[in-house]
Amino acid sequence: MTVATPPEIQSAIPRLQPSGWIRYFSFSVDHKVIGLQYLVCGFAFYLVGGALAGAIRTELASPVSDFMARDVYNQVLTLHGTVMIFLWIVPVVNGAFGNYLIPFYVGARDMAFPRLNAVAFWLIPPAGLMLITSYFLTGAAQSGWTAYPPLSITTPATGQVIWILSVLLLGGSSIFGGINFIATILKLRRPGLKLMQLPMYCWAMLGTSILVVLSTPVLAGTLVLLSFDIVAHTGFFNPGLGGNVVVYQHLFWFYSHPAVYIMVLPAFGLVSEILPVHARKPLFGYVTMVYSIMAIVGLGLIVWAHHMFTSGTPPWMRLFFTIATAFIAVPTGIKFFNWLATIWGGRITLNSAMLFSCGFIVNFVLGGITGVALAQVPFDIHVHDTYFVVAHFHYIVFGGSVFVVFASVYHWYPKFTGRMLHEGLGRLHCALTFIGFNLCFGPQHWLGLNGMPRRVAEYDPQFTLINQISSVGALLMAISTLPFLWNVVQSAISGPLAGDNPWNALTPEWLTSSPPPVENWVGEAPLVEEPYGYGVPIDQLDLAAASGRDLWSIGK
Amino acid sequence: MEQWDALHSLTRDWASSMQIPSAIVTLILGMILVLSGLWIGQSINLLPVGASANAPIYDELFQVLFTIGAILFIGIVGLLIFSLIRFRRRNDQLGDGIAIEGNLPLEIFWTAVPAVVILFVGLYSYDIYDRMGGMVPLGHEGMAHHAMADSSEERIWGGLSSKAVDGDAFALPVEVTAMQFAFLFHYPEGDITAGELHVPANRPVTLRMEAKDVIHAFWVPEFRIKQDVIPGQPTQLSFTATRPGSYPIVCAELCGPYHGGMRSTVVVEEPEVWEAWFNSNAKSDGSTTT
Repeated sequence: MTVATPPEIQSAIPRLQPSGWIRYFSFSVDHKVIGLQYLVCGFAFYLVGGALAGAIRTELASPVSDFMARDVYNQVLTLHGTVMIFLWIVPVVNGAFGNYLIPFYVGARDMAFPRLNAVAFWLIPPAGLMLITSYFLTGAAQSGWTAYPPLSITTPATGQVIWILSVLLLGGSSIFGGINFIATILKLRRPGLKLMQLPMYCWAMLGTSILVVLSTPVLAGTLVLLSFDIVAHTGFFNPGLGGNVVVYQHLFWFYSHPAVYIMVLPAFGLVSEILPVHARKPLFGYVTMVYSIMAIVGLGLIVWAHHMFTSGTPPWMRLFFTIATAFIAVPTGIKFFNWLATIWGGRITLNSAMLFSCGFIVNFVLGGITGVALAQVPFDIHVHDTYFVVAHFHYIVFGGSVFVVFASVYHWYPKFTGRMLHEGLGRLHCALTFIGFNLCFGPQHWLGLNGMPRRVAEYDPQFTLINQISSVGALLMAISTLPFLWNVVQSAISGPLAGDNPWNALTPEWLTSSPPPVENWVGEAPLVEEPYGYGVPIDQLDLAAASGRDLWSIGK
Repeated sequence: MEQWDALHSLTRDWASSMQIPSAIVTLILGMILVLSGLWIGQSINLLPVGASANAPIYDELFQVLFTIGAILFIGIVGLLIFSLIRFRRRNDQLGDGIAIEGNLPLEIFWTAVPAVVILFVGLYSYDIYDRMGGMVPLGHEGMAHHAMADSSEERIWGGLSSKAVDGDAFALPVEVTAMQFAFLFHYPEGDITAGELHVPANRPVTLRMEAKDVIHAFWVPEFRIKQDVIPGQPTQLSFTATRPGSYPIVCAELCGPYHGGMRSTVVVEEPEVWEAWFNSNAKSDGSTTT
């Protein structure tokens, strides 16, 4: 635990930590610096992953393989998946916002293990650079982000081994982060702050971190065995040496299905923070929200084989995993209905943060509906490994998590920088992203149902038009990042000053200056027992008189 | 519930022109929603033509899932858009919304309803899967009377194989070998090896599949069937084609650079036409089990 040093002593001793802009490039142990390091680093990798996606959509604009060599195409799709999952979504929804917000939410001055926290971040840039440079030096891995053997054993070994090393480093980073979040949430809470008074994002991060700690080591072990098969010619997964390729799939998905929840649960938490502030209402059903997060964590660990319905799996296993998977829709549905009830009857400000959050709800509902369908074995057998699945999981991780990342940037940017973003550019960004996203991935449902498998560089010419529509959508998505980038850079320099609490929010990160001082608060941390105490009781409702600022300033 | 009623009366006041009680409005909206979902499920067809006995069963399931999905999606998105418009902050409004922190009956309602829907969908799809023959256990007993069970220790995992087909002497056995980047079909009865799969209509076909190098997947979109072809672990898949014509066989599991080009064709022919094809290609005397 970090001990607060009185300011007069602090100024007398030489600082061990750099200050000013240089700290963002240093081994800083300040959770806010680390959070922003995760965010900006993740966004840089998002641009790389997006460029790779652009290459894929360019190749698929025509039905023949004419834009790049076929093995390069497989490298590109492998890198796209790996970069987007391990270098963008997981680090940003967990590492970036988790590090920035969790210490505020529990009333602490930093994370439980600040140095471990910095180590966890600094594993990411080398891992990412290693992964990307492997493309230029030796050729990257080309067996997809799933790296199924025997394909991953028979494709060029160097790229595959570098891929394994990179994912191991990123998995290690993720485990360090998970341990840190669990310790911080359970052990560093300000005296007097009860678990059931925590903002919902804390619960989401607690659940996510439990998943990280339980499942990521399984992936690490599996990849170590896979690397033995490649380098030392062992036979764990090599059928030629008596190994079993389906065992790899079980082990891989034991991590990689929970990984979906590692990517969306924090997003659920962030949305639960954003909606009440901009709808000026309490979060609806706090207790059921907490239970549904924990139910998703529990169920998320026992559904992995739904990725393997066409592999060698016995009928009873298919039946069990169908039912377990479909039941995840129940706690997830509770969360969505609670969000709808949160905005029902509110005073909704339709700003960029709110619009991106609502875009998330629309996209994720569609992704959830196709997810319940995919859980049904007979349905899945036709569409497994097709563009239907590609559309489904992009609706979950892009339409879900990435929309929430943008909503969160618009919501917390005033806190990060002390300045407001330009609202018009934000809405333009939201509109372009929403249209481009749905144009890109909506038609892919049809492609999958009608016979286009995933991970192909060439396809049946009857699918040309739909693929071109999809590529236009991808182009729109690429264009949509331009107003965002301009907005973020320009507003940091000359945006209007935000003040401490531009949204009149009640959660603790807003009860300090923007940007906050090094140890978060001057003086004691505030005790926030009602993080969602917005709104007026129904019997006192006076439509014109009370304002959010009034309520906030009387300490409601 | 008082809070909720008060909220309802509040919304009613805001919609000053509408004097219809909100319960009736909700009921009518719900009926319109369900009817439009049913209409969408009935009239929009997203699937390719069905050419196997499996396909109509699959399409039935798809229609049910599509209808339920459409109702949920339109309902939730409609509610969201309505809320955003109705409850948006007007310029003259400074106050907060209403402090409603929860509503237990409502929360129980929207936990129970999805749970029931999920249970229904799960049982229904189990029934569909059973009708497709997916619940037949394969392995030792399943393979015991099979003509091609050359090694009884071998454990064979299956995909769809309808009960009528399994161990049926009437079924046409075909051995499928998948390799980078082609499918090879071998008819043990006539010792025919072909790059295209020729099958007679309305006769069960049992594929015994093995991969030479990496994992492939055998997919015929028009048959609604798919099964991974796994090295070191033979798999089995049965189907009955019903509609003569040529349909693509697609490899659905990433298998290397030419994965997208790993395609073949299944030709479904009238039994007489198929018999002629079989006899002209058979190496041995060529009599079929029919």
